[in-house]
Amino acid sequence: MKPPTGIDYQIMWNRLIAVVEEQATTLIRTAFSTSVREAGDLSAGLFDEDGRMMAQAVTGTPGHVNAMAESVTHFAARFGPQETFDGDVFVTNDPWHGTGHLHDFTMVTPVFRNGRHIGYFASTAHVVDIGGRGFGPDGQEVFEEGLLIPITKFADRGEVHPLLIELIRANVRTPDQSVGDLYSLAACNAAGERRLHAMMDEFGIDDLAGLSEFILETSRDATRAAIAQVPDGVYRNTMEVDGYDAPVRMAVTLTIAGAHLTADFAGTSGPSRFGVNVPEVYTRAYACYGLKCAIAPLVPNNTGSLEPFDITAPAGSILAAKRPAPVSTRHVLGHLVPDVILGALHQALPGVVPAEGASSLWNVQISARASDPDSGLPGREILMFNSGGTGARPAHDGLSATAFPSGVSTMSVEATEHVGPIVVWRKDLRAGSGGAGAQRGGLGQVIEIEARAGYDLYVNAMFERVAHPARGRAGGGPGAAGRVELSDGTPLKSKGRQKVANGQRLRLSLPGGGGHGDPKARARDAVARDIAAGFISAQTAKTEYGYDE
Amino acid sequence: MPDDDIRVGVDIGGTFTDVALAHPGGIATAKILTDYTAPEQAILDGMTLAAREAGVALGAIVQVIHGTTLVTNALIERQGAKTAFITTEGFRDVIEMRSENRFEQYDLNLELPKPLVPRQHRFTLPERIAADGTVLRPLDARDVTAMVDAIRDGGFDAVAIGLIHAYANDAHEQQMAQALQAAAPDLALSISSVISPQMRELPRFNTVIANAYVQPLVAAYLGRLVTRLGEIGVGAPVFMLHSGGGLISVETAAAQPVRLLESGPAGGAIFAADYARAHGLTQVLSFDMGGTTAKICLIEDGRPKTASAFEVARTYRFKKGSGMTVSTPVVEMVEIGAGGGSIASIDQMGRLQVGPRSAGSAPGPACYGRGGKEPTVTDANLLLGRLDPDSFAGGHIALYPEKATQAADRLQLSAQDAAFGITELVDENMANAARVHAVENGRDIEHYTMVAFGGGAPLHACRLCEKLGISALIIPPGAGVGSALGFLKAPFSFEAARGLFQRLDAFEPATVNAAVSEMAAEANAFVDAGARGVERTTKLTAMMRYAGQGWEIPVILPHRAFTAEDIAMIQAAFETAYRTLFGRVIDGLAVEITNWRVTVSTKLPPVAPAERFDSGAEVAAIGTRRFFDTALRQTVDAREVPREALKPGLRVDGPAIIVETDTSTIVTSAFSAIGQGDGCLRLIRKEPAR
Repeated sequence: MKPPTGIDYQIMWNRLIAVVEEQATTLIRTAFSTSVREAGDLSAGLFDEDGRMMAQAVTGTPGHVNAMAESVTHFAARFGPQETFDGDVFVTNDPWHGTGHLHDFTMVTPVFRNGRHIGYFASTAHVVDIGGRGFGPDGQEVFEEGLLIPITKFADRGEVHPLLIELIRANVRTPDQSVGDLYSLAACNAAGERRLHAMMDEFGIDDLAGLSEFILETSRDATRAAIAQVPDGVYRNTMEVDGYDAPVRMAVTLTIAGAHLTADFAGTSGPSRFGVNVPEVYTRAYACYGLKCAIAPLVPNNTGSLEPFDITAPAGSILAAKRPAPVSTRHVLGHLVPDVILGALHQALPGVVPAEGASSLWNVQISARASDPDSGLPGREILMFNSGGTGARPAHDGLSATAFPSGVSTMSVEATEHVGPIVVWRKDLRAGSGGAGAQRGGLGQVIEIEARAGYDLYVNAMFERVAHPARGRAGGGPGAAGRVELSDGTPLKSKGRQKVANGQRLRLSLPGGGGHGDPKARARDAVARDIAAGFISAQTAKTEYGYDE
Repeated sequence: MPDDDIRVGVDIGGTFTDVALAHPGGIATAKILTDYTAPEQAILDGMTLAAREAGVALGAIVQVIHGTTLVTNALIERQGAKTAFITTEGFRDVIEMRSENRFEQYDLNLELPKPLVPRQHRFTLPERIAADGTVLRPLDARDVTAMVDAIRDGGFDAVAIGLIHAYANDAHEQQMAQALQAAAPDLALSISSVISPQMRELPRFNTVIANAYVQPLVAAYLGRLVTRLGEIGVGAPVFMLHSGGGLISVETAAAQPVRLLESGPAGGAIFAADYARAHGLTQVLSFDMGGTTAKICLIEDGRPKTASAFEVARTYRFKKGSGMTVSTPVVEMVEIGAGGGSIASIDQMGRLQVGPRSAGSAPGPACYGRGGKEPTVTDANLLLGRLDPDSFAGGHIALYPEKATQAADRLQLSAQDAAFGITELVDENMANAARVHAVENGRDIEHYTMVAFGGGAPLHACRLCEKLGISALIIPPGAGVGSALGFLKAPFSFEAARGLFQRLDAFEPATVNAAVSEMAAEANAFVDAGARGVERTTKLTAMMRYAGQGWEIPVILPHRAFTAEDIAMIQAAFETAYRTLFGRVIDGLAVEITNWRVTVSTKLPPVAPAERFDSGAEVAAIGTRRFFDTALRQTVDAREVPREALKPGLRVDGPAIIVETDTSTIVTSAFSAIGQGDGCLRLIRKEPAR
């Protein structure tokens, strides 16, 4: 067989993306966690022998996708060549070595060919339960948030560690499902491994070195070339958001010099006492995602395309939390990171960047408990993912009730009502919530939830943009702020566990996205369409859009 | 149906309307350009041509079987009726909010597809049914009356009704529908508890709305078709192929047109399934490659695999999530943007990419010389020697190799590298789609036999088999009108579905038995409309999962009355199905049933087994052609053999090119081709696959 040519490398690159896609599909099909199966909260990828990511499934959500890229280097550092064997599978859910909170397990399988270690497959999934307080922001140290498994061997030369399994089973509420998900992760890596060997047989290669070099270099060059297109300069932005019990200031300085980009979150608030802190790896993941969308969206994700984005946050700040800070709901602030950094980039690239959006997912975690503990009615846990509006784009309206930057999906209300004793009375667009602009911000939504007979509800609130709505850009107005209340208007806190007694209705009004450009410049037929659809009132059309027909 | 009956299958595709007429002397076919303004005209013309060729009178035809992409096109091009949607208060925007995600992660300018019914045409009723079917908020007659007035004032042609949990209790939908029917009998009315009575509001609402939206158009078209057929002397009943691969009466189709969405491709799958049965193959991968897309389908035990939902009208590079999920029975197919017209380009990183953009039939590939400038898969095949410029399409279309070379120059690669890269990448894309589809179904594709048809398939199938590790491939004759031929082999069938949520440990046999009998009666009534008294089979499927999981898997259960003792049997059946898909079961978790499906089909007549040959004497070549063998990365001397020379039991070893009027079959160096008793080519790997 001849040595591979440039075209061969391209074909193999293409194939690798299919291989990791197959790896991800295997995980989605077999996982227990609702957020993996229904919402795509996972990641899967192939790494070279130095732990550099070569390919990653496009399925998945950015927080996992980019964080996992860093994770494998920690594994490679922990287990050197002398301790890495064929049949090994490594594992961790350490927030600082994985993807930012205990619910996410990362599994890494070293790949051997002809007795030689040539690379790794890695995958990440959000498990149903990891013990502790459960998924919510109320813990004050990571120790309260559940069981932490440091980087260790799940399987040693093909033998699964029985003690590890027993330990996990004894510490979580859903032993079968949480352990089942670990086996799913191991199985999906194994599926990737089989396909990789088949490809290497077909192309007659025995290691990944040449291919990795080709992929990383091509991607690095393309990313650097794209960065070089961005005007040089130092761009700053700050954004204030709700936090748990005190406002949080997020600040960034973005420096572009030729093909080099650095982003520093210096000036960002210190840590919270509660679980909304973000490990730096997760901050980097979302910052990088936001930048990549705007600068080099078409370059596939790998170490080569991520490396040119040099992103740091001051150690100990809320965006680079240190042990043992609580981090369970690190997504709440993590999802807002792209808004901060895109606000800085907007100064360099006006006409590319959207306005701020609702951004932070409104995950509704509900525990339904019998009002009368002696009634014998079983308790149930319900998790719903819901999204507000995205920011308006320079040439398009924002998307209503759509996740950005997260990549997850919502679940069917009918299916949710079969999971637990609740009635969702309303899940509908929130009229008037999109920020005014030449391009209108996306609308939020309104959700009303009530317990069925015999139950009370306990809500783990983790909702953002209640006190600090999404700002518009380039003259656009802000999106509507979020509201957390009972349907009779009684306000509730936006963070923390609260009771909604039987007979009361929880009402969540999700934030809208900011507008882009002067509302007076909005196309008149677009204003007319918004009025007809009821997205804005005739009054708003008149006062904000200057529309009178 | 006796064998000497004269039957005709008609498939209206995007470009061509195909007719296949079966008569005692064989099969007559016709291919006519599709007429978008009067689609029935092409049918009449095609049938007249085919009947003339067969030498039979139009009046002698006893059955017309029809499938069409017109319904899908109406959805894609948003050409349906002015439709109102009535739903539960608080859920007006379900179809606009969709799944709340973005199907393309990195595109800041992503646009989501617009809903079929704009917000101002979506109305809500103050009412609510609970998950268990109990009434939480009764529907007041005054609100019904007010709604009737609102609909009448709106000047709508069609109305869809979809209320929350209506699959569990249809009382409110019926109450609203009856009031509307009484007040406006001419209104086309679709209700979700009839069209798609299954849990999950988004696909159920999409389905009932799509049905209402196309219904006036389809009903009018089918009415015209039957009338015009009568005028030219065809009095035979017309049956439609539904997406699930069975036949329904034209009246059923006019009432439930959403069942017709994938009827053309389903015909292709049935065509392949028929050869699977004739060759005694239990595991087949059908591969249909045309000018714009390739379609892949698993065929097991002689039947195309079906699913209960699919995505229609994808708006973004065939990307999953960019269309509209409808829940209606369908032959499960993967469609990707890979065809002869797929265009190659260089991306931002200097990488070659192929498709999903297509040059279509106008301007077509550069080598057609009709103004196409961009290099396509067909151009690459020409440059690699796989197509003969002098006898393409039986010599009817001249090919210009120099124009293909000029197009390839745009890629700034040598013509050879470009052509090799293009074909290899398009084959990769198809192989990758097939592999992921197999994984999603828990199948190991290496053990399958491929059945390849459609104009482009014989050029690519052998290489695709190499990539997939498949060692046997069948290329049937007459593959150019495969779908229309498939129509003639379809059974009458109907699938009824019900949402009925139960945990297995609280299984209520009486409730389930009543629902299953009701579904079976419904399905049998639809089958009776075309095949009264014909022997049939009934398949019962429970959709099951572990409590807490998001998606169900289909579990086939015996069709009989259940008792409480059957719980263990149902659990075992679920575990077997789960293990097949996922390789293991999980102890200690409760199991749930969400939906039930009953499929009634007429029994297919036994297929005459094909006379199969594994090897045979080598046939003489008429010449030598040179083509590029991708696996070897080199140009090889290939024997050129006309297809008609490969009589049953004769063999040619690869590298070889088997030529026929419509297409050429590439036999790579790793394969041999053997003529079969039924006119198929069978390609077998020379040595067992690694």
